[in-house]
Amino acid sequence: MGNLLEVNDLTIKFRTAKATSTAVRNVSFSLEAGETLCIVGESGSGKSITSLSLMGLLPENGEVSNGSIRLNGEELVGKTEEELRKIRGNEISMIFQEPMTALNPVFTVGYQIQEPLRIHKRMSKQEATVKSVELLKQVGIPNPKEKIHQYPHELSGGMRQRVMIAMALACEPSLLIADEPTTALDVTIQAQILDIMDDLKEEFGMGVVFVTHDMGVVAEIADRVMVMYAGDVIEVNDVQTLFEDPKHPYTKGLLGAVPNVDDETQEMKVIPGSMPSMEDDIPGCRFHPRCPMAMDICKEKKPALIDVGKENAAVRCWLQEVDTNADTTIAASGGFENVLSD
Amino acid sequence: MISFIIRRMGQLVLLLLGISFIVFMSMHIAPGDPATIIGGPTAKESDLEAIREDLGLNKPVFVQYVDYLKGILQGDFGYSYQNSQPVGEAIATRLPNTIKLAVSSMIVAIIIGLIAGMISAMKQNSWLDVTSTTFALVGVSIPNFWLGAMLILVFAVNLQWLPVSGLSEPFYTMDGMKQLVLPSITLGTASAAIIARMSRSSMLEVVKSDYIRTAKAKGVKHKTVIWVHALRNALIPVITVVGINFGALLGGTIITEQVFAINGIGRLMIDAIAARDFPMVQATVLLVASIFVIINLIVDIIYVKVDPRISYE
Ligand SMILES: Nc1ncnc2c1ncn2[C@@H]1O[C@H](COP(=O)(O)OP(=O)(O)O)[C@@H](O)[C@H]1O
Ligand SMILES: [Mg+2]
Repeated sequence: MGNLLEVNDLTIKFRTAKATSTAVRNVSFSLEAGETLCIVGESGSGKSITSLSLMGLLPENGEVSNGSIRLNGEELVGKTEEELRKIRGNEISMIFQEPMTALNPVFTVGYQIQEPLRIHKRMSKQEATVKSVELLKQVGIPNPKEKIHQYPHELSGGMRQRVMIAMALACEPSLLIADEPTTALDVTIQAQILDIMDDLKEEFGMGVVFVTHDMGVVAEIADRVMVMYAGDVIEVNDVQTLFEDPKHPYTKGLLGAVPNVDDETQEMKVIPGSMPSMEDDIPGCRFHPRCPMAMDICKEKKPALIDVGKENAAVRCWLQEVDTNADTTIAASGGFENVLSD
Repeated sequence: MISFIIRRMGQLVLLLLGISFIVFMSMHIAPGDPATIIGGPTAKESDLEAIREDLGLNKPVFVQYVDYLKGILQGDFGYSYQNSQPVGEAIATRLPNTIKLAVSSMIVAIIIGLIAGMISAMKQNSWLDVTSTTFALVGVSIPNFWLGAMLILVFAVNLQWLPVSGLSEPFYTMDGMKQLVLPSITLGTASAAIIARMSRSSMLEVVKSDYIRTAKAKGVKHKTVIWVHALRNALIPVITVVGINFGALLGGTIITEQVFAINGIGRLMIDAIAARDFPMVQATVLLVASIFVIINLIVDIIYVKVDPRISYE
């Protein structure tokens, strides 16, 4: 029995006016059913792009240029649009950040929840109506029978996000992707939404990929954490180990950072400096210009993602390599990187 | 909704009252004495005096205005100074032609404009898009009378596919439709161009929005995403433009009716102004204003049907 989701060596490129740039590099991770993996990192690190690629919903100028995405062993990269469409909202669902704009303003809440049921489960209108009322009840919306006739603008942000969740869970997907679903909500509502998602994950036995930049949210819901920086995975570990013993200086910085509640756009800014854009060609480790511990080698050679002790735990940092078996890993990873950096 | 319509109708009455007052006064201030026009160049002063007496033109202006309003309330719009025909009757015979022209032009504009705009948006930057945006640019800049003249020259005079003028046949007959083709294109082209531009940019905006991404994430078929999720939203600003354009289009009927020698309200109004035919001018202006207000009311009602965020409570 393999993993629910298996992502290997995923590389995503964008064609822009100037050139083709790589937004996400050689990302690998896996997810079991019933597990929550948090992807964290500052804005622009490639979290959304990674999660959209799982749905096959990259922007038009983007493409998966390398790697594989397997859901229950089935390869998704290279599937036709029509094949992917049958998977979306059915086996994989996604919840987005902006509850205010993510629902269609001209259709009722009921219509929008019933849509995936009618498409994928081929339910009749009556069946879908009954099911949508049930779903709204499950996500804790009062008076669901009346709510299905309302339009999104008649609901609060928190209620809309519950509707989004109900919609995503309609077809009982095995994988739920949530891209900062609580970032736009205030703290009490955020806690409620996280609770609901956690409960429903148990109930439906889903795997969850949860994107956030808020370490508080990570602490609350993650089983495992993947830290991304400028398109690279730089650390992966289970949530407890990551919080107790972060290895990468960037992860340490994130954990020291408190998100600014007054200004949502200003994400974690405690680490001095700002993230390079994907066009910037940075030799060596992409974090070295901001790293308080940077050594000479960090400016020259990119470190590999190396295992730290147990399975599914790794860090991409020269400090780690120096700590462990320096000679062999440096040689090996140097060769490894040369092959990949085309 | 009902109370909204009633309120708007109330506003319409006030508006018409204001318009009638302004038109009435400006006709009286403007130079030119209707009595000399009715009496003709040979009329003696005593004849003119008799005419003025007969029409009430020597009463104080305000009294004349009040008399006029009293008449309207009884459905009496007076008699034409030119030929003594009842104004109501003259309008009743001309109105169908103008409505035929305006409605068919608007239909042409909406169909061509929407199709061109949608194709443009769907195939952004393709040759189809370039062709359609060029057409839209040219379409708004061409003057009505020139376009009409050119269409007549090519399709009526040279190719002889369509009649040169007139709009006398019923629209549901083959001849009636043939008569409508050139005037509708003449009058509808500018509106089509504006609708095309608006629907293109609106559609391009909408397909980028979050809820379209949500629809795709649900597994909605591409066609449904475009024609159900996107179109309904993209239409909202287009409806506004259609509403505004109907006003411009009504104004355009005046020129188009001249070019194609169509017996409509526009020509009736122009002739009446030239002849200082006060009752006729007033009635036609009031009529056009009413049509304009009613069209706007209809647009507002369509709005509520399309966009649930709008309510008139
Ligand atoms: N449509 C696009 N065209 C070009 N670059 C893009 C596009 N979308 C995202 N990017 C780039 O990809 C990188 C990762 O973006 P994203 O995944 O949205 O970051 P995050 O979600 O972590 O904040 C950014 O550098 C961004 O500029
Ligand atoms: Mg993001």
